[in-house]
Amino acid sequence: MFSKEEVLETFEMIHLNGLNIRAVTLGINLLDCTDKNFDKLNANIFSKITTVAERLLAESQDIEHKYGIPIVNKRVSVTPIAFLLESVVADISQKEGVSRAIQVAKTLDQAAEKVGVDYVGGYSAMIQKGWTSGDIALINSLPEALRSTERVCSCVNIAETKSGINVDAALKMGEVIKKTAEKTSKNNGFGCTKLGVYANAPADSPFMPGAYQGVGESEATINVGISGPGIIRMIVEKSENLDFRALAEKIKRASFKITRVGELIGQEVAKRLNVEFGAVDLSLAPTPAKGESIAEIIKAMGLDYCGIPGSTAALALLTDAVKKGGSMATSFVGGMSGAFIPVSEDASMVEAAQVGALSIEKLEAMTSVCSVGLDMVTIPGDTSSETIAAIILDEMAIALVNNKPLGVRVIPVPGKKAGDKIKFGGLLGSSVIMPVSKFNSSKFVKRGGQFPSTIRSLTG
Amino acid sequence: MSEERIIVTALGRNKVGIVAGISTVLAEHNASIIELTSAEMSGHFVMVMLVDISKIDVSLTGLQENLNNKGKEIGVQVTAQHEDIFRYMHRI
Repeated sequence: MFSKEEVLETFEMIHLNGLNIRAVTLGINLLDCTDKNFDKLNANIFSKITTVAERLLAESQDIEHKYGIPIVNKRVSVTPIAFLLESVVADISQKEGVSRAIQVAKTLDQAAEKVGVDYVGGYSAMIQKGWTSGDIALINSLPEALRSTERVCSCVNIAETKSGINVDAALKMGEVIKKTAEKTSKNNGFGCTKLGVYANAPADSPFMPGAYQGVGESEATINVGISGPGIIRMIVEKSENLDFRALAEKIKRASFKITRVGELIGQEVAKRLNVEFGAVDLSLAPTPAKGESIAEIIKAMGLDYCGIPGSTAALALLTDAVKKGGSMATSFVGGMSGAFIPVSEDASMVEAAQVGALSIEKLEAMTSVCSVGLDMVTIPGDTSSETIAAIILDEMAIALVNNKPLGVRVIPVPGKKAGDKIKFGGLLGSSVIMPVSKFNSSKFVKRGGQFPSTIRSLTG
Repeated sequence: MSEERIIVTALGRNKVGIVAGISTVLAEHNASIIELTSAEMSGHFVMVMLVDISKIDVSLTGLQENLNNKGKEIGVQVTAQHEDIFRYMHRI
């Protein structure tokens, strides 16, 4: 039997500090859906997703009741769609190719709706060293595909430690992000919230928009994203007088317990769906809800705001302790595994940006010690595509040198300027437009070509 | 081993009838209390029960619903969770 303290601790974690499973993501291999006949390809994709994921929602809900733990998001991720487009865009015009890609995005959206998941990830391309006709069709389709679908998410991988950075792709993605924002200008450039540009994108991430079912994964896999910033914040607040060594120890212990819940839920969902259990992503993921905030943890460590001097060290300590505690608690660690610092999804992060404590430059520094990268950062609508490409290149370079995954999800909000407030709603929250350097980077990024892999890649 | 055991927790202000109320619901559905402990903690009454549900005559969700309703009636928050979530979090 468990002690009252143990039972009460679990009760407090779930009911007072918002412990939940952030995402259970079912990764599905779609490579067997390939067909030269375009209608057949769509039919195959729809049928595969709706068959494999048919019971995902019902089983997840049943497991929520059994263990008394909320599973906030149920999602599906699929094989990068660019692979599947290869066979149907090769012999047609680029325009027709784009239109076919958009149709596949709509098929994914319909399949996601049918199985009742909130997002489907994997409308993706892997172009770290070059691109093919499937990749080009997908990338050119993104603005319209993200406008005309609700649930489809896209991650585009443009850099790998081993391959370097596809700078032409960074430039192209700068344009795609601008176009996507303009296409969805009525909703503050909402389309860009479903699009991430990545380096070293992990093949088993449960989190959107980075999730896709990578090559080398099983036929179907359950990956789990845990939550728990509220618990860590509470622990840090209660540890006012502890030095860093003792504080890190406390965070490790809590991280262990949080991750164990992810392990339990992942194993059970996988067993019930008769698919492989993939990995637990250790990332602490904030929500706009009060207290569910990474910035609040950093403040509780003794800083006035997240973003001021000391914040990078605070985040480094937090991320490391979460990883150390979590890695012991699960049979397999995957995904991004760090701490997420999406600005709009974290109310305290938005506050820090509003008072001028947090800048994009400081966020960039902080991404060198955590994961996910520049995430949900709203920037002025008149930011040029070249400047966005340069921001992307900086993040990709940090990822390469540090041999880790990082992404960029920025939203150039049409018609808005630095300091303006905007709202996305739901888990995506509200935000303030953060200022971007007025100086010009375009000559640099327009050099184009392949940015070489660093000496770090020469291992072995 | 722990396939069909749950932990029932009641939390709230102490008053007459909490244990009796919860136990009655469990008995009505043929759930057997294996262990019971209670205490005052941080100004709250906490009751923790380990319960065997292998022979219950409703689904776990049904039992949880009845326990919740009884909790509302008495004025305490009742949760019923499968034992494994505690085992995973607190035991290595």
